[in-house]
Amino acid sequence: MNRIDTTFARLRREGRKGLVTFLTAGDPVPEQTVPLLHTLVASGVDVLELGVPFTDPLADGPVIQRASERALAHDVSLEDVLEMVRAFRADDPHTPVVLMGYANPVERMGPAPFAERAAEVGVDGLLTVDMPPEEAAEWTRPLPGAGVAPIMLVAPTTAEERLAKTVELAEGFIYYVSMTGVTGGGGLDVASVQEHVEPIRARTDLPVAVGFGVRDADSAAAVAEAADAVVVGSALIRTVEAHVEHADAGALREALAAQVADLRRGVDRHQTASN
Amino acid sequence: MRTEDNLPDSNGHFGIYGGRFVSETLMAPILELDRAYSELREDAAFQAELADELRDYVGRPTPIYEAKRLSRETGGARIFLKREDLTHTGAHKINNTIGQGLLARHMGKQRIIAETGAGQHGVATATVAARLGLECVIYMGAEDMRRQAMNVYRMRLLGAEVRAVEAGSRTLKDAMNEAMRDWVTNVADTFYVIGTVAGPHPYPLLVRDFQAVLGREARGQIQDKLCRLPDALVACVGGGSNAMGLFYPFLDDEQVAMVGVEAGGYGLATGHHAAPLTGGTPGILHGSRSYLMQDDHGQILATHSISAGLDYPGVGPEHSHLKDLGRVAYETVDDDEALAAFKQLTATEGILPALESSHAVAAGMRLARTLDPEQAVLVNLSGRGDKDIHTVAETEELS
Repeated sequence: MNRIDTTFARLRREGRKGLVTFLTAGDPVPEQTVPLLHTLVASGVDVLELGVPFTDPLADGPVIQRASERALAHDVSLEDVLEMVRAFRADDPHTPVVLMGYANPVERMGPAPFAERAAEVGVDGLLTVDMPPEEAAEWTRPLPGAGVAPIMLVAPTTAEERLAKTVELAEGFIYYVSMTGVTGGGGLDVASVQEHVEPIRARTDLPVAVGFGVRDADSAAAVAEAADAVVVGSALIRTVEAHVEHADAGALREALAAQVADLRRGVDRHQTASN
Repeated sequence: MRTEDNLPDSNGHFGIYGGRFVSETLMAPILELDRAYSELREDAAFQAELADELRDYVGRPTPIYEAKRLSRETGGARIFLKREDLTHTGAHKINNTIGQGLLARHMGKQRIIAETGAGQHGVATATVAARLGLECVIYMGAEDMRRQAMNVYRMRLLGAEVRAVEAGSRTLKDAMNEAMRDWVTNVADTFYVIGTVAGPHPYPLLVRDFQAVLGREARGQIQDKLCRLPDALVACVGGGSNAMGLFYPFLDDEQVAMVGVEAGGYGLATGHHAAPLTGGTPGILHGSRSYLMQDDHGQILATHSISAGLDYPGVGPEHSHLKDLGRVAYETVDDDEALAAFKQLTATEGILPALESSHAVAAGMRLARTLDPEQAVLVNLSGRGDKDIHTVAETEELS
């Protein structure tokens, strides 16, 4: 069983919602990525999304774009990211790691070689922002065979008939993008999330993770009402960015740990409320 | 049936190129555009409306002009110029923006956005927005705004808001990123006017359709002059819309050679160029699979060209397909050669070509030298050079 499935099965058993966090690999510097991932897990994260830096992150806002730029200043490549996952796995055999990024770095390596290497180092899923189901069928085929879940996106604008194609290809979980726009934007509408998650649930038993616009414990708590897991990205990267100039790895770890613990309390409010 | 009549397929593929590689949120507006265009493409009333605009507003047909003094100086074949520089706003870009502007109006979109490099597409989009009474926002790299200050002013006079893009290399690629971000944020009421045969399907198809008017005209006009087809066509390729527009109606005429001219920048060997077809590899950027300038890890490389309009690391997917088929030969002209052609055409014919078009003129002269005097080369003069006078003057001061 894939680590993602195991994790969501455990959460379901415990009656809890998941916390998924995003960091860009190599941000602020490559040496800090693996220690930061361990910090996130120790602070209560269930699933790690690790961003593969890309020069042209069209679906992301300026915060994640700057994270990519910082990582690329250190020439962090997809191969480097895979090695980071290998290093992380040495001390953490359980926490699922999903790589998130754009098609071209994977295309360049080749989807089949990528799938093989990703599985070998302990990657559990791949989320490609610019790979809709119409193009993904061929491209993602090597992933499930290697044991890497293709994570598919659903947006508020996704039409009913396309949803069928999406859930057919997806494994691991469905990533519901809570709003039209880029990452780090404002205007989270929980009622709208609730309304859009329903048709997804009608079509699949896969857990639904909701991201875009979650920035603190309150918004995490609100989204956890509708979702199986809450995804937080830009809010954490803002914290990374605030520590870039001081280059104090300890202070950054402490700040992220506090932030994640707070988000965790937000996500767990759901459980407390329903008990 | 001709091979090219079947392309792209319904998902926008030209062989292995093209397609729709966009975030999920953009799939809805792209499919909406695809449906709207599929209907209007066959709609006689829409086509008649477009034809009227092209004739009365754009100023079509544009002439074909035989550059006799330039031909004599060059030696070899006769050189003809398709005068897209004589269109309203001074470049072929208007053929496409008027088409997409009408499309936006039919779809009930009140706001249009665009990206621009040299400003030709931005000016053409702002012009159409003014003509049709639509709100207009233009994204432009901060570096390009510096290089093309006059066009920025023109766009603002036309009522467009010009937003500076400070990210990345601050050029066309980054402006395209920002335009896509705007689109994804405002999908409900916004129409994205893409300026070239790139981007997700159906853009490469519809921009080709709108630009093919210049190739159809040229085909008839040159036959009137020569009583036959030309021996070769030459056009510059940034994203590749003017080249696609010229080449498309000739693709099945096997006797007509075709040359697409990319920006060689400081020279192909230096790595500082904007020639993905000549010096790049296939990859995925800005919504489609095509040749790209990228490193071994799939990161997009910085480009360089003296011409802001060619300074782009990707290219339209149909060009990638035509390259692999061998139907079009793609080559490069570097900054110096383009500048020399700019000066030579200006001095011999009294025509100032855009720096983009100067690349085509240079390659056209290069080709003409290898041919006989009874042969004919048709060069697409895609735009006029007024906007580039400042850039040319700057290089004079340096030399």
